[in-house]
Amino acid sequence: MKVLITGARGLLGSAVAREVVGRGHECVVVQRNPCGVPGVTEFLDDLTDPQFSQQWIHGVEAVIHLAAKVSVTGSEHDFQRINVDATRDLMEIAQAEGVNRFIYASSPSVAHTGKPLIGADADPADPQHTRGHYSTTKGLAEQIVLAANGPAFATVALRPHLVWGPGDTQLVGRIVQRAQSNRLFLIDGGQALIDTCYVSNAATAFAQAVENAPRASGRALMVTNGEPRTVKETLQRICLAAGVPLPSRSLPHSVAMLAGSAVERVWGQRESDPPLTSFLVEQLSTAHWFDIAETKKLLDWEPTISIDEGFRLLAESYSLDNIQVS
Amino acid sequence: MSRVGREVPFEELPGINPEWSRFVHVIDSEGVNRTFHVLDTHHGHNNSPDLTLVCVHGNPTWAYLWRNLLASAPPHIRVIALDQLGMGYSERLTSQRTLAQRVQDLSSVVNALNVTTPVVSVAHDWGGPISLGWVEQVLAGHEHPIAGVVLLNTAVHQPEEFSGPGLIRLARARGLLAPVTQYSPLFVRGTTLLSGKRMPRDVARAFALPYRSAADRLSVRGFVADIPFEPDHPSRSTLDNIADSLSLLATTPVLLCWGPRDPVFSDQYLRDFQSRLPHALVHRYVGASHLVSEDAPELFSDVLQWVDGLAIGAFEELTPGHSDKAPVDLGIQVRDRAHESPRDSAITVMGKHGQDLRVSWGVLDRRIQEFAAGMRSAGIKPGERIAFLIPPGPELIALIYAAWNIGACIVIADSGLGARGLIRALRGAHPDHVFAIPRAMPITRFLQIPGLRISSRDISAFGKSASGRVETSFDPDSEGAVVFTSGSTGPAKGVMYSRARISATVEVLKDHYSLTNSDVIIAAFAPWAVFGPALGVGSVLPHMNLGSPSSLTYSSLQGAIRHAGGTLLWASPAALRNVVETAPTPVNQLSPDTGKNSAIRLILSAGAPVPSSLLMSVTRLFPGAQLRTPYGMTEALPLTDIDLDDIVELEREIVTGSERPEGVPVGKALPGVEIRIAPWHDSATLSDTPEVMGEIVIKADHMRSSYDSLVFTQAAASQFPGWHRTGDVGHVDKSGNIWVEGRRSHVITTPNGPITPVPVEQRVEKIPVVSQAACVGVGPPGKQVVVVVVVIRGNVSDTDLENSIRAVAGTQVSAVLRRKKLPMDIRHNAKINREALADWANEVLAGAQ
Repeated sequence: MKVLITGARGLLGSAVAREVVGRGHECVVVQRNPCGVPGVTEFLDDLTDPQFSQQWIHGVEAVIHLAAKVSVTGSEHDFQRINVDATRDLMEIAQAEGVNRFIYASSPSVAHTGKPLIGADADPADPQHTRGHYSTTKGLAEQIVLAANGPAFATVALRPHLVWGPGDTQLVGRIVQRAQSNRLFLIDGGQALIDTCYVSNAATAFAQAVENAPRASGRALMVTNGEPRTVKETLQRICLAAGVPLPSRSLPHSVAMLAGSAVERVWGQRESDPPLTSFLVEQLSTAHWFDIAETKKLLDWEPTISIDEGFRLLAESYSLDNIQVS
Repeated sequence: MSRVGREVPFEELPGINPEWSRFVHVIDSEGVNRTFHVLDTHHGHNNSPDLTLVCVHGNPTWAYLWRNLLASAPPHIRVIALDQLGMGYSERLTSQRTLAQRVQDLSSVVNALNVTTPVVSVAHDWGGPISLGWVEQVLAGHEHPIAGVVLLNTAVHQPEEFSGPGLIRLARARGLLAPVTQYSPLFVRGTTLLSGKRMPRDVARAFALPYRSAADRLSVRGFVADIPFEPDHPSRSTLDNIADSLSLLATTPVLLCWGPRDPVFSDQYLRDFQSRLPHALVHRYVGASHLVSEDAPELFSDVLQWVDGLAIGAFEELTPGHSDKAPVDLGIQVRDRAHESPRDSAITVMGKHGQDLRVSWGVLDRRIQEFAAGMRSAGIKPGERIAFLIPPGPELIALIYAAWNIGACIVIADSGLGARGLIRALRGAHPDHVFAIPRAMPITRFLQIPGLRISSRDISAFGKSASGRVETSFDPDSEGAVVFTSGSTGPAKGVMYSRARISATVEVLKDHYSLTNSDVIIAAFAPWAVFGPALGVGSVLPHMNLGSPSSLTYSSLQGAIRHAGGTLLWASPAALRNVVETAPTPVNQLSPDTGKNSAIRLILSAGAPVPSSLLMSVTRLFPGAQLRTPYGMTEALPLTDIDLDDIVELEREIVTGSERPEGVPVGKALPGVEIRIAPWHDSATLSDTPEVMGEIVIKADHMRSSYDSLVFTQAAASQFPGWHRTGDVGHVDKSGNIWVEGRRSHVITTPNGPITPVPVEQRVEKIPVVSQAACVGVGPPGKQVVVVVVVIRGNVSDTDLENSIRAVAGTQVSAVLRRKKLPMDIRHNAKINREALADWANEVLAGAQ
C-alpha cells in the first residue's frame, strides 16, 4: 500500500513512518523540514499552504495525518488554521485523488471536560466544552474527519495518550530538564492514576489502523499502554531512567491551580510554552485512564512493549547518551 | 383553581418521559366529569402487554414516585400510575375527598384505560388502603384477574397498642392541620426530608412541584384530614372494611416492601400486615425510610423480578410452609443425660482464680423445665420469637432450651454488633418477647416489643411455680432460631434456622468430631456453649469475655483443661493468638510436655483464615491435640475442615508451584455436604469441574432455611433451588480440596478477566518488608485495574517496593499504595474491610476532583 504520513518529524510521526516502512509499505512523508527516516520518500511542503499537493498525493491509498500545532500557547487563529483548516484541506485533496483510508491522529483531550477519566471510553469529541485552543481545534478536526467517513473513504481517529520513549524531547525531555534543575514537583502527592503510551505501541496502532481501516471506520479509538500508573510513579521512573533526582516536593492542588492560571494570564501569547498552566495542573492531578478493549479488537492490536520494558529501554537510551557525551 | 388537568412541566421533572403523560376524563360516582393525570408506559403503543401494574401514590407525593418503575419495566409489562384527584397534575378539588370516593376514582380510571391484562396493584403510604379497597372490590366482583399485590410502607389498621403515626397525629392536631399541610409547604417538603438518604435536590423539587401554592395543597390537607383516627370518622368504616376484607387476598400473591426507618409507618404496621396476610413475602430495605423506593433504588427491579416470577411460581418455594416430617425435640439430649448421669457437670463456668461454678445435667434439666413452664404461664406461645440480651452462661443456655421446649423461636444477635447494630438487627427480627440483663434493659425499649420484657434479675423467680411435663416436640420446619450474620459485610442479616436444621447441625458436629459423653467442650466461641446441651456433651466456659475472643489467655485455658477436664477447644484465631502470646515461656523454646495439657484432644479454629505458623505454635503448647480448621458461615457451619498437616502439605505445593495454588485451602466437604462452583463466566450453572474459579455454592441438611424478611436476599442466595450461594469465590482442586479466594464482591473485574484478591495478597505478604497487604480493584466494573495496598515494616523506596510486588503478584499491578494500617472489620478484627479500602483507593487514585 502507498501510505502518506504528515508530521513525520516528531517522536510519534517518525516512529509511525519507520513502522509503516518496516511493514513493506511504500511510504511518502510531507512536512516543512526533512524527517530523515530511512526508506521514505520525503516532500517538503507546508500543509497550511500546499504548493505541490498533486505531486505527493499521487497514487496514495492511505493517509496518516499527524501534523498539528501541539503547544499550550498560541493564537486561536493559528490553531484553527493548522489543526482544522489544514486537516480539512488535506482530506479534500486526498478524497479527490481517490485515497480510501484516512487515519487522523487525534487527542484524548478532545473529549475531556475536566472530570477525572477512570476506565473511560473514547467519548465523542466535545469541542464546545473542552479547554484550550489545542483541544478545541483537535476536536473540531476529529468531527470533520469522522463525518467524512463513507464506504469509499474509511476514516479513523486514534487518540494516543501521553506518548513517550527514547529521544522524546516533549514529555520526557521536559520532565528530565525540570528534574535536573530541581523544578519538578508533584501535585497533591501525584497519586492520580494516568495512562501513557510507549511510542512503538502507538506506532503499531497507526500501522494497524491503516491495514484495518474499513473495520474501524468512523470510530475514535483510544491508544494507550493499558497499564495506568500514578503520576508519581511515572515521573519517578522517568527520572530514574535518565539518572536525574526524583521529584521530592508536592504542591497542594489549589495552590498549583492558582499558580497555573496566574502564569497563563502573564504569559499571554508568547511563543514558548509557559512553566505551568491550569490545563497542565489538571492533567497532572486528576485521573486519566481508559478502556482500550475496543481499540484492541477493532485494530487487531496489542501493545507489545510493556510500561516496565519501556522504562528499561528509556534508561538504556540515556546511558548510551551518557557514553557518547563522555 | 383550575378544574381541568394542568400543564406538566416535564423539563423540571427528572426521570419522567413526556410520552408517558396523558389526561383521562371519567365521570365519578357523583356523576361529575373529572380529569385525571396518568403516567402510562403503553400510552399510544400498539404492542399488547401481558400484565399491568396499577400504581397508587400516597400523600403528599404523586405519580412521580413511580417514575423509575415505569422506566425500568420491560415492554411486556404496562405500568400505569395515576395522580389522585387534587394531587399531582390531576384536577384540583374544592372539597375533601373520602377514602370511599378515592377507591371509586381508582376503579373508574382503570376502567377508562382499557386494561385487558391481569393486574398487579402497587401502592405506597395512604395509597395502600385505596389500592387494597379497589383490589378487594375487583376480587369480590370477579371483575378482573389480580395477579398480585405490592405494598410499600402503608397501613390499613391502627394496632390498638399504638395511637397512630406520631407525625401524622401531630399534623392532624387542631390548629396545626391547615398551617402545616396547606398554608405552608412544611408537610410537602417534610416528606422528602424523611428520606433515609439525602435526596438529589432536583428530585425533591420535582416531588413538591405540583404543590407550590396553598390552593394546590388543598387536597394534601384533605388527605390528612381523611385519616380515620377517631371511631366516628366518616372514613372509619371504609378503612375497617378494607382491613377486615383482606381475607379475600388469601390466595393472591402479596409482596411487602418496607423501609424500616419510616417514622410514620414503622415496623409495627408491617407486622400488622404480616399477621393479616401470613402468606405475604417480605423484604425490609435496611436503612431505608418512608420513601422506601427513593432510598432503596433496587426496590423497583426487585418488584419487577417478583412480578416476572409470578407466572412461573418462582417465589413459591420461598413462601414459608409446613412439612409432615417427624417432630423435633431439641432438648432430648439434656433429658437423657439428666436421666443417665444427673450429677455429671453439664456446664462449668471458670472463675477468675480457678474457682468454678458447676451446673449438673439434673439441675440444668430442672431449670429448663421451670423456665419453660414460666414462659408458658406468661402466655408465650409456640412460634413466637424470643430475643435474648444475655451473655453466654448457664442462665442463657437454660432459657434457650426452655424456649425450644415450648416451641418458640430464639433470636440471637451478639453484642459485637454494637448497640445500634443490635437494635437494628433485633427490630428487624421483631421478637414478640425479650429477656435481657439489667444493663441491656434500656435497649429493649427501642425494640417495639409487643409482649414480655423481662430482666434477668427477675428470671430466677420466673418459673419457680411450674411443674409437669408437656409436649416438647414441634414441627421440624417451624422456626427454631434467627441468628444474625456478623455484619462485617454490610448490615447484619437475620438467618433463619428451622428446628430440623438446628438438629442437623448438632448431628454433623457430633458425628464429624466423634463427640461422646466423656468429652468436655471448652467454649471459647459462643455458639459452642449453646450447642453443648443439644449434643449431650458437657461444656466449660473458660475465664474470659466471650464477646471478645482475644481475651482467652493461656492460663484461663489451662484452668479449663485442668479443673473442668476440657477435651475439645473451639476458638477464633484471635483467641489462639492470645493464648500463644500469653504462654509462660516463648513458644519456640517450649519442650514438648505431653503430660501437662494432655486432656485436650481436638482444637478447632474458625472465624477467619488462620496462618499455619500460628497453628504450629499452638501444637507446641498442646502436643497431644489435633488441630483442625473448619470452614463455614452463619448460614451453614461447618461445611469442610482441614487439619494442620494438610494445610502444611498444601502450602508446600504453593511454594513448589503445583496445581492452581490460589487462595486458602479449607479442606474437603464433610459427609452430607455438597459443594459446587458457579463458574465466574457462566454463573447460571453449577460445575464440579476441578480448578474452575467461581462462587462456592453449597447444599447441606444443616444449612439455613431462609433469610428473615429479606425475600430478595434469599431469592439471590437460593438462585439454585435447594442450594445456598455463599458469596465466597474459590475453586475445588483435583483432590477435592476447597480453596477460598475471597468474597464475590471483592473480585476485581479487569478487561482480561476476574482477579481474586486473596492469592495476590498471599504472594505479596511473602515479601519481607510487607507486613500486611490488600488487593483491590479501581475503576468501573469490567474495566478495573489492580491496586495493592500495603503496610510496610522498615524502609523501602517506592520503586523497590513496586518492583518487588510486581515480581510476585502474578497479575498486572497498576499502583502500590501505602497505609499505616488497613481498615479491619469491627466484629472480629480479622478480616480486611476491602469495601472501605477499595473506596479509599478509588478516591486517592482519582486525584483532585
